[in-house]
This record gives sequence, C-alpha cells and structure tokens, in this order.
Amino acid sequence: MKLNERSLAFYATCDSPADNSGFLYKRGERHTAYHRRWFVLKGNMLFYFEERESREPVGVIVLEGCNVELCDSAEGFAFAIRFGGNKSRTYVLAAESQVAMESWVKSLSRASFDYMRLVVRELEKQLEEMRWGSAGGRGGSREPPGSWKPKQCPERLLALPAILPKENGCAVWNNALGVGQPPDTSGCGGNDDEGTPRPPPLPPRRRVFNSEATVESPSTFCQLHERYSREVARLRQDWLEKQRGPRP
Amino acid sequence: MRYNERELLSLARQPAEKAAEIRMSVPKKGSVLKKRLVKLVVNFLFYFRTDEAEPIGALLLEHCRITKEEENVFSISFIEEPERKYCFECASEQQCQEWVEALKRASYEFLRRSLIFYRNEIQKMTGKDPLEQYGISEEARFQLGTHQQ
Repeated sequence: MKLNERSLAFYATCDSPADNSGFLYKRGERHTAYHRRWFVLKGNMLFYFEERESREPVGVIVLEGCNVELCDSAEGFAFAIRFGGNKSRTYVLAAESQVAMESWVKSLSRASFDYMRLVVRELEKQLEEMRWGSAGGRGGSREPPGSWKPKQCPERLLALPAILPKENGCAVWNNALGVGQPPDTSGCGGNDDEGTPRPPPLPPRRRVFNSEATVESPSTFCQLHERYSREVARLRQDWLEKQRGPRP
Repeated sequence: MRYNERELLSLARQPAEKAAEIRMSVPKKGSVLKKRLVKLVVNFLFYFRTDEAEPIGALLLEHCRITKEEENVFSISFIEEPERKYCFECASEQQCQEWVEALKRASYEFLRRSLIFYRNEIQKMTGKDPLEQYGISEEARFQLGTHQQ
C-alpha cells in the first residue's frame, strides 16, 4: 500500500508543535535489543528518528485503536503500545525516567483521532446547550450564562475513555473506544450523533437559521460561528428598528 | 519510511465517514482518471480498485489543501508540494461540494483547533474550563495558543 511518505516526512519535521518528543528506547521486532531513537508525537502519528537532527523519520506508528500499557519493569520505565488482532505487533518502548514514562503513556493513550473527536463533540454539545438552551426533559433547564452545573447526563461522561489513577502500577490506558464504540457511520450521511442519545429537538427559533436538512447540531465551529454572526446581525437590526420607533 | 501497515490496513476496513466511487488521478506523469473506491477514515483517505479488498494507497490528510477545481472536480495537494495534485472527478457538483467540506474538516489539526475554540468559548461563558471534569486540562495538546498556525 502506497503512503504519501514525502508529506508524512514533512509533517514530522516541520515546525508545527509536537504533542510530545524525546528519546525513548525501542525494542526491535525480532531481536530483543533496544535502540535509542528520537520520538516525535504529532496528532495520532508517532514518528521516530535515528537521531534528533535526522532529516527524515526512520518510521512512524499510526496510533488508532491501540492500548498503552505499562510493562513489568525488568527493563525499567518500559511501556507497550498494543494493537488488537492476533497478528498485530506490540511496540515495546522504554523511557529514561519515571516522569518521562508517565508523560509518554498519558500523551500516547489520548493521541487517537477518535478520542479527540469524542472530546470535541462533547464540548460542541455543551456549547450548543448553553447557548440555545435545551427544550424537553433531558438537558435540564435553561441556565443563565455565568452559572455552571456539572453535566447532568452521566451516560455521556461514561462514553469518554476512563482516566485511571496513577497509583495503579498496572494501569491500562485504553486508546480505543471500547464499550462506547459508536455504530457504523459509513456512507455519505455526514456526521450523526454516535453512541450518545440524540439531543432533544431544538426550539423553533433555531430552525430559522439552520440551513441544514436536519435539526441536529452543526458539525463544525465554522457553522456555529456563522450562525452566531447571523443571529447577532438580526438582533442588532431588531434593536435599531425599535430605537427608531414605529413608522408612520 | 517504516509504518505499521497491518494496523493501517485494518483502519481501511473500518466504517468510513464517507465512501464513494470517484474517478481519481495521482500526480504522476501520464496519469489518467481511474474509477476508485475512495474512503475517508479518521484523517486518512484510502483508495481502492473497485473490486479489491486492500487499498492501493492512503493519504494522510495533514497540512494539505483541498481545492475546488472545475465543475465536479476537486483536488488534494500538500503544502510542501502544492503543484502535485491528486484529482477527483465526482458524479455531481453536490457530491463534489460534500467531499470538499468533509475533507477540509478531516485533519487532526482541524479537530484540535475546534476543541481549543469550544474550550475557549465555554470558558468565556462560564468562567470554568470544561476539560477539568475529564482531568485533561493540562494536556499539552489542548493548550490555548500553543498550536496556532
């Protein structure tokens, strides 16, 4: 399978900020010897270089659907990136300190695109509910801006990957969605709500601005931004007309 | 460059955000449009010969530019080589627009910017950081200002 390697190499080496970087020891596939490599994490791609100054990565690990686990510390500060599937390889890495190991395990376990998308959708929904209120029973009453109540929907919190306490020496940070796995969304249906219950129908006023066929939340902040600006323009117009008073 | 091909192939088999048969050409001399099954999964665009189970190739959609070309046509190019274009000829203008929209939102970096935006908005409205309850407010990847382009 061809990969756009040149672009990958550019992504790895360009000056966009990395989510983590540092030296790690990587155990070879067949031989158990460790090689010290310079690792750079960007998004869901873990690149590794022979040297810190190398122009191109030796390789990359795509971090979708993996588990990050601590190893028995025979090697010291070791952890593993494990993929599902019986023939899948497990990448064993070792850091140079406890702090580095914890930092890498944390950042790798939250590196997947799926995880990022989950968090974004959750915040998107929260913002929608705060801005437009939620009609019907589920979301609770309309709250004035400035007040903050913890989420009243426990099933939504459970849909996010569990963050386990550090004290557990054998903690497993799950990078895959696991139980909360959304159903199949193949096809051109666009972004539907996945896994979590759909929000109640929005108040009629909102439908005037919603140019999409469905009344579900918009999928991008560009659309949200656009909606706000139209709403503001309309309110301003109304206000100006009221100031002018009734026309003769 | 080495990569975990088995996992990438497994990703290619997963449910797609978008999938369609589209005529496609690669930026190679003499390349012509050929019918391909094109599948968007997370920030990868896989393309298959229509009767095959394994993709011919995959494009990581980071630092790329999605351009609407002539009618029914869009292209993908990467910022370090903007003249090298992957071209896609859709069945209709509507399908073309839908793909352009979907691909523009497909990158990890776009998701990250969305997250930072929402986090900022919620924080402005409530005075509280919405990521605190998930214990991830200190994560480097979510910091305001660190990932501006």
